[in-house]
Amino acid sequence: MSNQITAKTITDSEFFYGHKACSGCGGSLAVRIALKVLGEGAISVLPAGCMSAVGFNYPHLCFSNNSIISTFAGTASMLTGVEAGARAVGIKNFKAVGLAGDGGTADIGIQALSGAIDRNDDILYICYDNEAYMNTGIQKSGLTPFGAKTTTTPSGENIHGNIRPKKNLFEIVAAHDIPYAATASIGNLKDFMNKIEKASKIKGTAYIHVVAPCPIGWGIPVNETIDIARKMMDCGLWYLAEYENGQFKLNKNPREFSSIKDYLLSQGRFKHLDDADIEILAAQRDAKWAAIRKNWNTTEEEL
Amino acid sequence: MNKPTLRSYQKPQKLSDYPLGTASEAGHLVTKNSGWRNERPIITDACINCLQCYLYCPDGVILKTEHGLDIDYDFCKGCGICEKICPKQAIKMEVE
Ligand SMILES: Cc1ncc(C[n+]2csc(CCOP(=O)(O)OP(=O)(O)O)c2C)c(N)n1
Ligand code: SF4
Ligand code: SF4
Ligand code: SF4
Ligand SMILES: [Mg+2]
Repeated sequence: MSNQITAKTITDSEFFYGHKACSGCGGSLAVRIALKVLGEGAISVLPAGCMSAVGFNYPHLCFSNNSIISTFAGTASMLTGVEAGARAVGIKNFKAVGLAGDGGTADIGIQALSGAIDRNDDILYICYDNEAYMNTGIQKSGLTPFGAKTTTTPSGENIHGNIRPKKNLFEIVAAHDIPYAATASIGNLKDFMNKIEKASKIKGTAYIHVVAPCPIGWGIPVNETIDIARKMMDCGLWYLAEYENGQFKLNKNPREFSSIKDYLLSQGRFKHLDDADIEILAAQRDAKWAAIRKNWNTTEEEL
Repeated sequence: MNKPTLRSYQKPQKLSDYPLGTASEAGHLVTKNSGWRNERPIITDACINCLQCYLYCPDGVILKTEHGLDIDYDFCKGCGICEKICPKQAIKMEVE
């Protein structure tokens, strides 16, 4: 794509400003950047979760575009209504965009999301994935990875944190034959910005799944949010990909992975893992990448 | 540039001052975040204006101006992400 969005070309306007997210919060960076790409025509819907909690503290209101809080389960159904309503009253150049957490998306909100994709409503759904229910104090969600310690998956002598793997929501969404879905990470904003731009032009439902580390829940220093997001991709536990026209495409195909152990043990939530646990995660990673490289289009192209 | 701004806020005095709901004007800020900060980022002359700090600041408080970058210390939380992302080590964190 020739008209790449970069730090130089993106608008100076800020649509998510003065918010009360913790220092170094990855989710707030994802929301900030998404709205900068979409601009003032974005009508954003945020369910219960950190980003609504830190953005709307009446009378302190941090969104400068039209924004509303939905029920926890109802991000996608409210997007459907917002889109239909805005169209009915003749509003032009708007984009109904959902900004929902991993719990709000992969667990309680999955039915509404599935329904909206099934109707092919003209909406953009962005899931910022911090891998747990952070706003209520770090409980396991369907997107919490294997081995992670949360308040509902503690680590003890017998059980070492979460015993279930992370749901593959990107492929669950793609399995609806959605017009456009992508994974992203706040560790690579160039890729994220251009995926949002691309998704905003799609007619029909588009979905972006962006990893957004939470220093509090992950147990990392507040200045390491970006580094950890990058390490997660470098060690192969996250990948940048797209689904379009019925095809999966890998955007970056690393020649070798950095140490998965380094990635895990630099976070408080994984500190208790032993070598056998880390082996399980490494084996899951290797199986996933083998399948990706076998079945997906792996020609790396700039967006 | 357009962004939410700090404005004065009159606390409701009597019942009729209270709004009917919590819906209100977008981008209306009433409190600063500067008190959260232990360290303050300072952009030094080593800056080459690559804008990575501007892009990656979770709070969006690094502002582009005619004479380079400026920081809105009313809302900077001092996380230090800008210092870490800078390819030229041009940002120094100073204890408040
Ligand atoms: C129906 C319902 N159940 C539970 C809650 C309580 N609740 C509010 S936010 C939240 C956690 C949200 O987690 P996630 O969607 O991952 O977003 P995050 O807070 O991590 O940003 C929960 C459980 C609620 N508001 N509504
Ligand atoms: S708890 Fe985590 S996700 Fe929530 S505001 Fe704080 S850093 Fe962000
Ligand atoms: S990242 Fe460093 S060099 Fe780049 S604009 Fe910021 S201070 Fe300047
Ligand atoms: S310290 Fe954090 S909030 Fe302050 S300018 Fe740097 S990145 Fe932004
Ligand atoms: Mg979450």
